[in-house]
Amino acid sequence: MNQNVFWILLSAMIVNNFTLMMFLGLCPFMGVSSRVGTAVRMGLANIFVLTITAICAWFLHNFVLPYAPYLRLISFIVVIASMVQITEMAIKKLSPALFRQLGIFLPLITTNCAILGMALWQTTKYDYTLIQGLFYAVGAGLGLTLALVLMASIRENTELSDVPSLAKGTALTLIIAASLSLAFMGFSGLGSAS
Amino acid sequence: MNPSDILAAVLVLGGVGLTFGGLIALANKRLKVWEDPRIDGAVDLLPGTNCGACGYAGCRAFAEGLIQGEAQPAGCTNMGEDGIQDVAAFLGVEAGAAVKRVARLLCAGGSNVALQRGDYHGRRTCAAAAAVAGGGKACTWGCLGLDDCADACTFDAITMDAHGLPVVAPALCTACGDCVDACPKDLFTIMPLDQHLIVQCKSMLEGDPAEDLCQVACTACGRCVDDAKPGVIAILGGLAVVDYSKNDKTGPEAIQRCPTGAIQWIEYAQFAPAREPAGSLSS
Repeated sequence: MNQNVFWILLSAMIVNNFTLMMFLGLCPFMGVSSRVGTAVRMGLANIFVLTITAICAWFLHNFVLPYAPYLRLISFIVVIASMVQITEMAIKKLSPALFRQLGIFLPLITTNCAILGMALWQTTKYDYTLIQGLFYAVGAGLGLTLALVLMASIRENTELSDVPSLAKGTALTLIIAASLSLAFMGFSGLGSAS
Repeated sequence: MNPSDILAAVLVLGGVGLTFGGLIALANKRLKVWEDPRIDGAVDLLPGTNCGACGYAGCRAFAEGLIQGEAQPAGCTNMGEDGIQDVAAFLGVEAGAAVKRVARLLCAGGSNVALQRGDYHGRRTCAAAAAVAGGGKACTWGCLGLDDCADACTFDAITMDAHGLPVVAPALCTACGDCVDACPKDLFTIMPLDQHLIVQCKSMLEGDPAEDLCQVACTACGRCVDDAKPGVIAILGGLAVVDYSKNDKTGPEAIQRCPTGAIQWIEYAQFAPAREPAGSLSS
């Protein structure tokens, strides 16, 4: 377990991108990807929640859960729900405009599988140390942001293009998502030897 | 399982819950945002349908607009005169006046007057029929009559008449525009109720080719242009087009010599409500 932390970050961000490779967190990926500005901020909110969750998950995993390992899932859910609640309050206080833009997708971070998936993998699959876990969480968050921003930039560009009416809107978004995902498949297996 | 396991579970989950509950309570104190209590009060009085006809994103956004003085209670098309007065009294503002607006269908080609080019068999929606070579009507622009607008209407203001034309009940219509979005032929438009002169046709064909396809098509003959006051009506792209900026100059005289009845002087509702249920249509 002496993996290079930067490799962990890069791996979570690109090679095992949560959205495009693991298909986690598709809800904001489809919902908040119509404007680049909003997508970046949604990504930042996700990074924040992921980081805090990683710290709490590490703490729970090492000090609390050994007493009751079967409570892992439910206690992570409690942690994530509370963290999202606090993030929501903070955003409402600090940036009401962002709060409106994110709308329903902010409370939906609660049920964003990317967060829970990160917490579960970080503790059970990889058993990272706190520092490694933090880099993993930031990497996952950056990966989500990357996917959101890529998607939003493409969607902004296709907005005014002449699309057959059958493929307009959601259909086109899904086609773009599929192409993006295929592109990221090219990274698969990268660095798996280390 | 022994009792200590239960105790451990209670302690772990209770501890986690309490810790984060405390954090949220703390955050709530530190990060509380003051909101105008009148917003919640006004939202309770508004219909809560979030139809968007007022031009705001929903009832809550409309309430915020009301409190900031950007909007007037009468801007809500969906709560009736009593509701508007209640909101105005609650906020202590003028109720304001708004011209009632309704959805108008720019096609009168029911199955009794319009030629069918083919029979459409498939999913009974206009969107699906329009995707198959534009639907079964000979007129490319005509109403397909497969209920997409009636399905989209959340206020039950649209019923289908015996000839497959949607009938909008002005009393129920809130001008939310859902039918405008639903119609694949873009036949609906939202118009103020005081614009009476309506060309109920979108066919861009002129003369006999137009009339061959539909008995009530606008043939662009130009008689209404001569009969109406100067500048009120013009022929553009095979259609008579009413200039509604000169709405006060319009009058029923414009429709007198219309050979097909495409242009109509409409006081209230466009078409007569159905006498037969919509299910008896020939497809």
